[in-house]
Amino acid sequence: MSDRSQLIETGKPFQFDTERDAEFERLVQRYPTRESMILPALWLTQEQEGWISAEAIAYIADRIGTFASKVYECATFYTMYNLQPKGKYHICVCRTLSCYLLGKQEIVDYLDTEIGIKPGEISADGKFSLEEVECLGHCGTAPVVQVNGEFHENMNVEKIKELLATLK
Amino acid sequence: MQVKILSARFDIEDAHKIEVAKEHGAYATLDKVFSMEPAEVIEEVKNSGLRGRGGAGFPTGLKWSFLPKGIDKPVYLAVNSDESEPATFKDRYILVRDPHMLIEGIIICCYAIRSNHAYIYIRGEYTTQVKALQAAIDEAYAAGYLGNTVDGKDYAVDITVHRGAGAYVCGEETALLESIEGKKGQPRSKPPFPAVEGLYGCPTIINNVQSIASLPFIITNGADAYKAYGTEKSPGTHLFGISGLVEKPGMYELPLGLPILEVIEKVAGGVKGGKKLKGVIPGGSSTPVLTPEEAKTVTLDYESMAEHKTMFGSGGIVVLDEDVDVVKLVKNLIDFYHHESCGQCTPCREGLGWMLKIVKKILSGNGTIDDVNLLRELCDNIEMKTVCVLSAACTMPVRAFLDKFRHEFEAYVQ
Ligand SMILES: Cc1cc2nc3c(=O)[nH]c(=O)nc-3n(C[C@H](O)[C@H](O)[C@H](O)COP(=O)(O)O)c2cc1C
Ligand code: SF4
Ligand code: FES
Repeated sequence: MSDRSQLIETGKPFQFDTERDAEFERLVQRYPTRESMILPALWLTQEQEGWISAEAIAYIADRIGTFASKVYECATFYTMYNLQPKGKYHICVCRTLSCYLLGKQEIVDYLDTEIGIKPGEISADGKFSLEEVECLGHCGTAPVVQVNGEFHENMNVEKIKELLATLK
Repeated sequence: MQVKILSARFDIEDAHKIEVAKEHGAYATLDKVFSMEPAEVIEEVKNSGLRGRGGAGFPTGLKWSFLPKGIDKPVYLAVNSDESEPATFKDRYILVRDPHMLIEGIIICCYAIRSNHAYIYIRGEYTTQVKALQAAIDEAYAAGYLGNTVDGKDYAVDITVHRGAGAYVCGEETALLESIEGKKGQPRSKPPFPAVEGLYGCPTIINNVQSIASLPFIITNGADAYKAYGTEKSPGTHLFGISGLVEKPGMYELPLGLPILEVIEKVAGGVKGGKKLKGVIPGGSSTPVLTPEEAKTVTLDYESMAEHKTMFGSGGIVVLDEDVDVVKLVKNLIDFYHHESCGQCTPCREGLGWMLKIVKKILSGNGTIDDVNLLRELCDNIEMKTVCVLSAACTMPVRAFLDKFRHEFEAYVQ
């Protein structure tokens, strides 16, 4: 697993773009406490930047009016928050029960031989990153792969090959 | 065997859109709901015998009646759409194919429990699903079914979608509340129970998506119509997910009470490739496995599962064929729970880690019979000694595999 305790400083200030700014203001109305915005604000940051930097954590804390440690705590606890940049195509392979039974390992092995990355790694050209994740709730069409959030079901080596060819 | 109660609109084209859903009956029951007293709605749900579809099977109407009376704090509804238990894949069909059934159910529940705000907690991985759900909620606001008045009635219901971010434990109801409050998903000690002190310290009801989505049918057609399906003690229908080594895996709506082997055979086409059955995980990864011999007498309802010392769980049935290596499967399971432990209780955080080490040692060929015994002993020492039942969700299935397939573990240490 990647290190989930270290934050990376970019050296540049962070702030929401206009669209995220508006979305933050809309969402904050939906909760009786501002701290409830920690998870949504982390999502907005990740949508905007692809990952969450040390500056972003400080910005979110400031924006919400809470301690940076509280934002940090959530950013490190919840594994979907990227604390470092991922590949242009972030590939998640389900490793759990039904996907395991139906051959997820072949897919992981194929990605290793084909792209040369193991779970937790990012390819040298920054194009692909790979992660093994837990049950994705699509067990009836196992094995399941998610690429940048998009689901691909009933996967096998042949289909992952075809999929990779479409990822430019 | 299949029925269409919850899935009635699943195959209708564009049923996720409000106009199409309305043509097929969505929101039609609201007039009736608002003509009833909240207590009458609760009574009807109690009479229907509906039990929570999130895994624990607690009677839904009874849960609602635990709300304290006559307090002036707001009441919240939290809808559990975390769907993270391995082998469970049912709620997402509701989110994508018939989200208005869920929204209508939320309105019914909110009215019954005197709540004006529901939070839907949806797992972060459900990217397309969250978009579909939010689009439907936006439609419902625009059509006047949500907001300060619902369908022209003097009753306010707001729905807010809250996204998780990859933590199985947030499916546990109090971890879910912590997560909405902007904290790590660490379960709370109970009591106080959420019905008394839940979200933001206010009385809160937590229900699974499928439980809530069952309400429009129950209120429209009455408790008796619902009880016409299923068994006397386990009435109604369920969206079962059948996966693993089976010919036709998929989500099937079935009445409760059907023989599990018949369902695997007739609905799901039997074991994949005509192989022999080794075992069945009956209700999600945390439910104890059944041997083929045991499965012969098991029916898909809460009572039969309990009689066979397993659980109905979330209706996620996993078929294991003769070639499955039970020890490797157990390692896969322990890996999952260990990874998902929230870390606040030592027996869970450390114990599951030890279990993982031991099973790895057994698999490596360097284990001894003492390791197998120690693994078994750890199950008993961890279970029920923690804040939440995630640790038991690991030890229960592991114990069952150890007890029922001990020879496979022994084969590795000989
Ligand atoms: C570790 C753990 C994970 C759980 N995950 C879920 C889940 O993903 N979805 C769900 O509805 N219930 C889940 N539950 C059960 C909930 O705590 C709770 O019982 C349920 O949401 C109540 O709704 P119901 O009464 O309608 O079933 C989980 C429980 C535990 C202990
Ligand atoms: S049992 Fe495990 S998941 Fe549950 S509260 Fe304790 S450490 Fe957290
Ligand atoms: S086990 Fe892979 S999606 Fe459920």
